[in-house]
Amino acid sequence: MTKFSSLTANAISLPDDDVDTDIIYPARFLLITKREGLARYAFADRVSNGDKRIGDGHGAPILIAGRNFGCGSSREHAVWALAALGVKAIFAPSFGEIFRTNCANNGILAGIVAEERIAKLHMTANAGEEFSVDLTEQTVSCNGEAIPFLIGEAERKSLLNGWNETTRILSLHAQHIAQFEQKQRAEAPWLWANDTKKECTENV
Amino acid sequence: MYEKLWNSHVVAGDPTGRALIYIDRHLLHEVSTPQSFELLRANKLTLHRPATQLAVADHAVPTRARTLPLPSGLARNQVALLEANCAEFCIELLPLDDIRQGIVHVISPEQGFTLPGITLVCGDSHTATHGAFGALAFGIGASECGTVMATQCLWQNCAKTMRVQFDGILQHGVSTKDLILALIGQIGAAGASGHVIEFAGSTISAASMEARMSLCNMAIEAGSRTGLIAPDDTTFNYLHGRPRAPEGPLWDKAISSWQKLPSDPDSLFDLELSIDATSVAPQVSWGTSPDQVGAVDVPVPHSFDGSGTVKALSYMGIEAGRPLEGLPIDYAFIGSCTNGRIEDLRAAATIIRGRKVAPKVTALVVPGSGEVKAQAEAEGLATIFKAAGFEWHDSGCSLCVAMNGDLVPPGKRSISTSNRNFEGRQGPGARTHLASPATVAASAIAGCIADVRKCL
Repeated sequence: MTKFSSLTANAISLPDDDVDTDIIYPARFLLITKREGLARYAFADRVSNGDKRIGDGHGAPILIAGRNFGCGSSREHAVWALAALGVKAIFAPSFGEIFRTNCANNGILAGIVAEERIAKLHMTANAGEEFSVDLTEQTVSCNGEAIPFLIGEAERKSLLNGWNETTRILSLHAQHIAQFEQKQRAEAPWLWANDTKKECTENV
Repeated sequence: MYEKLWNSHVVAGDPTGRALIYIDRHLLHEVSTPQSFELLRANKLTLHRPATQLAVADHAVPTRARTLPLPSGLARNQVALLEANCAEFCIELLPLDDIRQGIVHVISPEQGFTLPGITLVCGDSHTATHGAFGALAFGIGASECGTVMATQCLWQNCAKTMRVQFDGILQHGVSTKDLILALIGQIGAAGASGHVIEFAGSTISAASMEARMSLCNMAIEAGSRTGLIAPDDTTFNYLHGRPRAPEGPLWDKAISSWQKLPSDPDSLFDLELSIDATSVAPQVSWGTSPDQVGAVDVPVPHSFDGSGTVKALSYMGIEAGRPLEGLPIDYAFIGSCTNGRIEDLRAAATIIRGRKVAPKVTALVVPGSGEVKAQAEAEGLATIFKAAGFEWHDSGCSLCVAMNGDLVPPGKRSISTSNRNFEGRQGPGARTHLASPATVAASAIAGCIADVRKCL
């Protein structure tokens, strides 16, 4: 995954609360089995109803959102579609939990900004002015004012280093996993009853 | 209970306070996994424990007059891709023509794949359903599905705990679907954010596994990571003899382990809430978020704590200040991972028996699995539904998620036993009212949103 470095860019303001992942990425497009090229499906139903704030190829590197952004379905397509629109950082007072994890797994910064500070970000976004995001300091700055945001320490490190969490678990924790499994086999053998069946031989 | 489940699955910690949690079971479906397999291939990874995985197609599959092979198109390609991926990585798949096929959250408990004390994940937010068995079960993204397949682990932050206590006997016509809708209405769509909800109290102890699953299923709609219910004799009786449940000496060993799972009497929770279940009326949602909900006979509020009230009412085409009761409907849907189980169908059939669906209402029943369908047919429920004018479908997600051919047209009003009333959830421009199977059945007969208590 590419490392998240500093970012200076303009933003789109989307202050609505509870923007769910069905709005971000309508379900019928979930039949697509690729993760690239999904930009045209982002907010498709809002766009076709005349809401052109984001979508239809129009995006920005920063999105300022409302409460509980990305709630609902776990579909990672919502994040892939935003990424395809060029979104690299999202700031909101709160996020749907699965959505926030999906952002981290795709190198997108999802930062929590206090309710009382978010209005300023919306105003700046609507004025078309630029923001600068500093992930090391955990601030998003506009008009010379640095506004702090929260992000999990693990997500922050992962974004800064561009880590692949999957291969990282295997390289750092293989022995821990083996130890855990040995213990669980002894304590909860019913969870291992099927593992004795013949192992897969095809391709693996 | 959450702490017990958590502590028994910690593989390692890191300096930021997260824990690497071991995942015992992973459910796969066709929609959320194609990109997970891509991740495995891109990193040249293999499956850590194929025996802990179970796959089934449910979201994209047509439920109306299903013939195999599926008609050509994206859905057929997506199902074929799941079959190919499962074959390549040696994962067991329940095929579309197998009686065990159905919605992932219906079939896993049916097959005894869901067990107390385990961690279970799926690329689907309604994985919270399995918490009804005392399992730590939660929805994950496609990238995480890949991580689980390759490592059997996920990094997690420990959640806060919230206990919701329901006490008393439910009113006639009221179900756990009404309880969970009432709770979400009370605490909001993000009311349990960062928490895990444990449901407790005499109402829950008296509830069947099907009723408990409906409750846990929608914990996510309150922002909770999952729902949990302590396993008891109801749980054990449900699981005993299921195809994948432990047998013989292993069953006895498992039971003695599961009996230690419930929270200790002096357990502390970060939040506690108590609801008098006897006072809960049938609930129907009026907006486009599951927390925009109220009793069927109470006026829709003029103001609501959230920015979207006016927008939601405009989308839904309804007026504040009037109850939903009496509002004409076009569609009535009984099914989904929330309410597609045998007991839900029985509750609906009790209302429908000897009555007819109102003219101009399209009503459909979509059993949650092939097993549910077969049982409903054996019990004569299918005959009752069909005689009343309901369509009787094959199992799948159907009208809960408009991506399989079942669709509510723009501007049409649907009353539905599903879990989300989001804009466009049942089709672009569709208007969804969430309710229990009994309320949907009563409304289908009346042709308008009905108070089921008056039909009993």
